[in-house]
Amino acid sequence: MRIKLHVWRQSSRSDKGHMETYELDNVVAEMSFLEMMDTLNEKLTVEGKEPVAFDHDCREGVCGMCSMVINGEAHGPKSKTTTCQLYMRHFDDGAEIFIEPWRASAFPVVRDLVVDRSAFDRIIQAGGYISNHSGPKPDPNSIPIEPNLAETALDAATCIGCGACVAACPNGSAMLFTSAKVSHLGMLPQGQPERFDRAKSMVSQMESEGFGSCRNYAECEAQCPKGISIAFIGRLNSDFLKASLVEPIDRRGDMKAQ
Amino acid sequence: MLTLDSKTPVAPIEDAWTYHKNNNLRLVGPKNRTKYKVIVVGSGLAGASAAASMGAMGYNVECFCFQDSPRRAHSIAAQGGINASKNYRNDGDSTWRLFNDTQKGGDYRAREKNVYRLAELSTSIIDQAVSQGVPFAREYGGKLANRSFGGVLVERTFYCRGETGQQLLLGAYSALEEQIAAKKVKMHTRHEMLDLVVVDGRSRGIVVRNLETGEITSHAADAVVVATGGYGNVFYLSTNAKGCNVTANFRAYRKGAGFANPCFTQIHPTSIPASGDYQSKLTLMSESLRNDGRIWVPRDADEKRAPKNIPEEDRYYYLEERYPRFGNLVPRDVAARNAKDVCDQGLGVGPTGYGVYLDFGAAIQEKGIEAVKSKYANLFEMYQRITDDDPVETPMRIYPAVHYTMGGLWVDYNLMTNVPGLYAIGESNFADHGANRLGASSLMQCLADGYFIIPVTIGDFLSRQESGEITTDHPAFQETEAAVKDQINKLLAVKGTRTAQSFHRELGKIMWEHCGISRNKESLEEGLRKIPALREEFWRDLKLPGHPEELNQSLEHAGRVLDFLDFGELMCRDALLRDESCGCHFREEHQTPEGEAERNDEDYAFVSVFEYKGEGNEPELNKEPLSFEALPLAARNYKT
Repeated sequence: MRIKLHVWRQSSRSDKGHMETYELDNVVAEMSFLEMMDTLNEKLTVEGKEPVAFDHDCREGVCGMCSMVINGEAHGPKSKTTTCQLYMRHFDDGAEIFIEPWRASAFPVVRDLVVDRSAFDRIIQAGGYISNHSGPKPDPNSIPIEPNLAETALDAATCIGCGACVAACPNGSAMLFTSAKVSHLGMLPQGQPERFDRAKSMVSQMESEGFGSCRNYAECEAQCPKGISIAFIGRLNSDFLKASLVEPIDRRGDMKAQ
Repeated sequence: MLTLDSKTPVAPIEDAWTYHKNNNLRLVGPKNRTKYKVIVVGSGLAGASAAASMGAMGYNVECFCFQDSPRRAHSIAAQGGINASKNYRNDGDSTWRLFNDTQKGGDYRAREKNVYRLAELSTSIIDQAVSQGVPFAREYGGKLANRSFGGVLVERTFYCRGETGQQLLLGAYSALEEQIAAKKVKMHTRHEMLDLVVVDGRSRGIVVRNLETGEITSHAADAVVVATGGYGNVFYLSTNAKGCNVTANFRAYRKGAGFANPCFTQIHPTSIPASGDYQSKLTLMSESLRNDGRIWVPRDADEKRAPKNIPEEDRYYYLEERYPRFGNLVPRDVAARNAKDVCDQGLGVGPTGYGVYLDFGAAIQEKGIEAVKSKYANLFEMYQRITDDDPVETPMRIYPAVHYTMGGLWVDYNLMTNVPGLYAIGESNFADHGANRLGASSLMQCLADGYFIIPVTIGDFLSRQESGEITTDHPAFQETEAAVKDQINKLLAVKGTRTAQSFHRELGKIMWEHCGISRNKESLEEGLRKIPALREEFWRDLKLPGHPEELNQSLEHAGRVLDFLDFGELMCRDALLRDESCGCHFREEHQTPEGEAERNDEDYAFVSVFEYKGEGNEPELNKEPLSFEALPLAARNYKT
């Protein structure tokens, strides 16, 4: 296969960046998209040029590290598929492929296709956990959980934190990511004590990171490699609304967990 | 000569851990904990759980990972589940049974009190994870569900669909983020540990590279915990994530920590084969497929027909023919060795000739398409996504792949290496799996180490030390920093013609050929000649683009390949000296007529621990003898 690539090149955070064009003629259909990028980088290195920096790690669709906008879509044309699980057979011989980093002001470009997603970690720090220490805990079967509820919580917990939802959203909103964590924990009995506080503080952190608001475009769901449902956004809105109706009590800083 | 005091408590095995905690371990009081700084390198299940637990206790923790977030670590990819001897099924499970299965599965090459402790802590791990909100599968009544997993007679595996590792890691990650928010843990993402700083024989801190800016910095601490996982990527192709490497472990080894059993590598029989030279990693398919699939290759090496057009008589069902009693369900290692054997004979299938068919045709005929599909739907989908072949229409192609490494830094019962103040936990250490790890046991070990063992044992060491005696102003830090920078500059100065990737690939081929599924003396010796030659070429012909002070992924990779080159040699050495077959280490010279591993307990019931003796010198072998008091030695036998 022959392909023509247009790749975003940006040497550092402060660099303006530009698209550059490369041609590859030794691509085979069985290659994964990232193996095609490896091939490009080998070629560039041997030619004495700078290879394209991109994030990747597990290459089996679960670590959430890979992050490319391919022909305008986060993770490329195949639905429910991460960039690393995309194969060149999904492209035609002679195809022209545009590769860009996640585009969102809350995800500044670090270099080429690598972006800074630490805002997601800070949203989790704002309450995406059940306050807990390590040590003896009650037996799990002492708190039965309805299996459908556990499964729905797992549907939300399946989020890999890649950021495709933000890249896909015309507003650069992180609502799908935030709602997935709020829903996962908020549905389970263990997560009840901090449920409303969690919804409020995570949303507030999300806003302060510079993510946009949700306008129900639903592009996030369409481009999410794990197919996380926007129904969770509804859940978050409901919890957030309830949280806003009660008097704010911020005791988190004064209370010792367990 | 290393001092290898295992510090195993002198108490009956059932009470050993409790006895140890009550009688041998000193504690650090809550008010004093903030004075002690602990560095955790790695943020997978072991690292994140350790950092979160110690942070919550009040220690001053700093955690480092090379990814952009601690949630990315490769623990996330574990699919199957996590063992715990809860005995919820009332099927006779117990701590003793889990201990027994783990020790037997490891072919008696682990320290038995460590293994017993692991089994003992298994149930607390499930409690801990559930309390964090890990959504384990539940039954209709809302109680936790279980499934059974390879080679055991009870149902003790807890799971979240096929993403148990992900959910457990997210649990540990959320606990870690809680401590980061509470300012108990300071997280350094996109930082890679490049060396350990040792002063007067004691671990005092690390030198890291900021992967975004290239800046080299020193970090001093009262204790350093290495939790950087396994080194399967020494084979280039493995089921490990691309970033997994041996550098932190290997640098610790070069600074005096003993490296134990480096040659113990687990190879999984059913992975999707490589499709070409550009292949970058391998993806595992669950072993359960062997329950319904028949494994075969064409009898004729020149076979050109599509698999479904090859008639029965021209198919070589080699496992069924060679092992009539067990057929396709022979143990992992036997299945893996035979696949390699037929492919080496030129009978392999697929574009590279390194693959065998796993055929569901017979099962579909017998049970119907729907029955087979319902059992394996997600696996079939995963296979089709990667290969574009539908396993219902045409047989799957599979091939063995490197999956897990049992070897690692030598640690005592407290998980401390022989370098005081340096700990190793999770896959980084050698401790609990012996020569072979049972399925669903790796997640268990990482979390036992991180949540329950290290938070207690580290206090014993710290309570005996003054805090913060040595800061980064100490000349040892400057020297180590200078050495790290020097190596980076040397790598960039080679200015040859070959990429780090191409050297890594070549090393992987050497390791696979000479130190892979089966090993023998001549081949290992040949490997030991090839690796130094490749290293020489690496230093002569490496081509690295870019600069040291920027995000430079080629530079990161080159440093890891360099350590893999040295480490590969150590693996071959270990495999050569272990003149027996045990667990995953199969020496062709030692096998039963049926091709089973033949252990030699008289001469090799020890942990081989290598001691670094300087550049260019042979490492020295130390031995920790293993004793088997609770569970007497028995032959590994999966036949009766």
